[in-house]
Amino acid sequence: MAGFATKRLGKELSKINSNSLPPGIELVSADNFEEWFLDIRVLDNNPLYLNEIYRLKFRFSAQYPIEPPEVTFVKLADRPIPIHPHIYSNGIICLDLLGQQGWSPVQNVESVCMSLQSMLTGNSRNERPAGDEEFVRANRLRPKDIDFYYDDNNV
Amino acid sequence: MDTDDEFMSTVSSEDDMLPDDSDNDISGDDDFGFDDEPDPDLGIQQDIGQNKRAPYDVSFRVYEPQDIQQQQDVLIDEVNMILNISKEESAILLRHFRWNKERLLEQYMDHREKALEAAGLSQTTSAPPKLEVIPGFCCDICCEDEEGLQSFALKCGHRFCVDCYRHYLGQKIREEGEAARIQCPAEGCNIIIDARSLDLLVTAELTERYHKLLNRTYVEDKETLKWCPAPDCQNAIECGIKKKDLTRIVPTVACSCSHRFCFGCILNDHQPAPCELVKKWLKKCADDSETANWISANTKECPKCNSTIEKNGGCNHMTCRKCKHEFCWMCMGLWSEHGTSWYNCNRFEEKSGTDARDAQAKSRVSLERYLHYYNRYANHEQSARLDKDLFAKTEKKMVQLQKESGMSWIEVQYLSAASMALQTCRQTLMWTYAFAFYLARNNLTTIFEDNQKDLELAVESLSEMFEKPVTELADSRLKVDIMDKTSYCNKRRIILLDDTARNLSEGKWIFNVEFSNPTPISGPSSRK
Ligand SMILES: [Zn+2]
Ligand SMILES: [Zn+2]
Ligand SMILES: [Zn+2]
Ligand SMILES: [Zn+2]
Ligand SMILES: [Zn+2]
Ligand SMILES: [Zn+2]
Repeated sequence: MAGFATKRLGKELSKINSNSLPPGIELVSADNFEEWFLDIRVLDNNPLYLNEIYRLKFRFSAQYPIEPPEVTFVKLADRPIPIHPHIYSNGIICLDLLGQQGWSPVQNVESVCMSLQSMLTGNSRNERPAGDEEFVRANRLRPKDIDFYYDDNNV
Repeated sequence: MDTDDEFMSTVSSEDDMLPDDSDNDISGDDDFGFDDEPDPDLGIQQDIGQNKRAPYDVSFRVYEPQDIQQQQDVLIDEVNMILNISKEESAILLRHFRWNKERLLEQYMDHREKALEAAGLSQTTSAPPKLEVIPGFCCDICCEDEEGLQSFALKCGHRFCVDCYRHYLGQKIREEGEAARIQCPAEGCNIIIDARSLDLLVTAELTERYHKLLNRTYVEDKETLKWCPAPDCQNAIECGIKKKDLTRIVPTVACSCSHRFCFGCILNDHQPAPCELVKKWLKKCADDSETANWISANTKECPKCNSTIEKNGGCNHMTCRKCKHEFCWMCMGLWSEHGTSWYNCNRFEEKSGTDARDAQAKSRVSLERYLHYYNRYANHEQSARLDKDLFAKTEKKMVQLQKESGMSWIEVQYLSAASMALQTCRQTLMWTYAFAFYLARNNLTTIFEDNQKDLELAVESLSEMFEKPVTELADSRLKVDIMDKTSYCNKRRIILLDDTARNLSEGKWIFNVEFSNPTPISGPSSRK
C-alpha cells in the first residue's frame, strides 16, 4: 500500500518541479513522501495578511490521496499563524475539504494550497475561531481525529 | 430479582406477539421526523397485554440478527411488489430513503425520476456497470496514463482507474464503515455508488463486510432501533422513546444478552437520572477529576485511632481492627447513628446564607456540596466493583464447599441473586447522587432522600451479610436472611424508581440546571 501514496506524490513532485507552482505558493522542502513544507502568501492587498508569508506542513499517510493529508500552519520566527475564523492559533485548520467527508482524492497539494490561499484572500474578519484558547489548551488530538462542525463554509 | 424478572417478562410477552405489528406498533408510520405531535403520555402509560406498566419502565423489543434481516426483506418485498422494480433496486431505494417506506412511495409516485436519480438509480443506468479501457485515459487520482488501463465511471462520467476505485472503496468500507452512501470520488460529485457497481469493483475480501454494513444501515437509520452496545452482542433493541422525551423519562432497556442500557444515550443504565443530567455530571466529574481523586482511594484512617483501614468488600460499615470503632466509610460518622431517623448520611446539609457571604466561602460551599455527592456516587461505583470481586471469590469457595458437602448447585443460587441485586441497586444508588446534585429542594425532595436512604441502608446491610465467611454463608438461617434482604433491596429500588420516574414524567422535579431543548444526546450510533 505504501507504494500508492509514493507513486502519486512522486508524480506531484515532478509536476511541481517542471511546471512550477502558481504565484504565491512555493515548495520549501519535500525530502520524503511523509512530510512536505510549503509557503503561501495572498496575492491581493488584504490588510490582514499584507507582507506576510505563511508556512504550511503537509503530512501524508500511506493512503494518500484516498485519505486527506494532514495540513497545518507552522509557527516560525518569520512565519506567523494567519488570523482567520477557521484557523486556530496552534495552526490547526478547520476546513471541510481537509476532512474525510469533504475530501476528494482528485485534490492534490497544489489544489489544497490554492484553496487555503483563497480562504485567506476572501476573509475580512480579524478573529480566531470561537473557543480558540480553550481548544488550543485542551486539544491533544491529531487534526484528522477532531470532529469539526463545519458551520459556515462561506467564511 | 423483581426488576429483571419484570424486564424479562416484558420482553417475552412481547416476543409472543412478535409477528403481529398491528396495535402496539412502535416501528410505525410516525418515526420519521414528525416530532411536533403531542405525545402526552410518552408511551409510558400504555398497556402491554393486561399489565399496567410501571412509570420507570418502557416498552421495548429485542431483535436478533435474523429478525433484522427479515424485517428488511419484508420491506424490500413490499416495495418490489408495489413499484414493480427489482428487489435490488428496491433495496437501494429503501436505503436511500433511510428505510422510510411511506416517504419512498410518496416521493416515487410524485417525482419518479427525481427519486431514482437521487438514489443513484436513474433509468440510463439500467445497463449493467462495466469496466472499460479508454484510449488516452489519464486517471485523476493516481495520474497514471499507461495504455490498457482498466477504468470505471458512474453515470456522472467521472472516470477513474480500477486500482484507485478499489483503494477508495476499501478506505470507505474498511476505515470509515460506509456502505450505502459512498459518493463518486470526484470533487463535489454527489452521485451514490450503487450496490451493483460496488459488487463489480469491491474486492472479494471486502464484499462480506460491505454487505454487513449495508445491513447495519437499517438499524442506524431508524430512530426507534439501536444496537446493543455490549461487546460481541449482535442484537438491536426497538423502543419508541424519542429524543424529545428524554427530559421526562429514563428509558432503560435490557437486551437478551443481559446488558442493561439507556436507549436514549446508550450508556449503562442510569435511572433515575435523566440522560442530560448524566451527560453534565460525567463532564463535571471529568473536569474536576483532580479535585476529587483522593476520594476513590481504597484506604482511609480510622477516625478514632488513626490506624490505616483498607476496604476489601463493598460494605460501607467499617469496623476498625485495632480499636473496634464502627463508622461509615462514606461520611466517616458513627455507624450506630445511621439507622436512626435524624441521621442523614445521604443528604447534603445546605449551609444557611450567612455562612456563605463572600465569594470564596460560596465557592468552598459549592465544592463541598459537589464532593458530598461525588463521594457517594464514586463510592457506590467502587463498592459495586468490590461486591462483584467478593462474589467471584465466594462463588469459587462455594463450589469447593459443594464438592465437599454434597450441596446441590441450586441451593446457593440465592448468593448469585444477592450479588445481582447488589450490583443493580448500587448502580441505581450511584445515579441517585448525580440526580440529587442537580435537584433543587422542594416538597418532594424529602421523600426522595428518604427513599434513597432506605435503599442505601438495605444495600449496606445485604453487602455486610455478604462479607461473612463461606462456612457461615452456607448456614440455612443466614440463607433465609440473605434471601429476605435481597428481595427487600429490590423492593426498595422499585419504590425509589417509581417515585422518581413518576415525578419526572409529570415534570415535578425542579433542577438547578437548564435542560437544553431539543436535546442533542449523541450522534448516530455507528459501530465498525
Ligand atoms: Zn488511478
Ligand atoms: Zn461523479
Ligand atoms: Zn445485547
Ligand atoms: Zn441515557
Ligand atoms: Zn480504630
Ligand atoms: Zn455515613
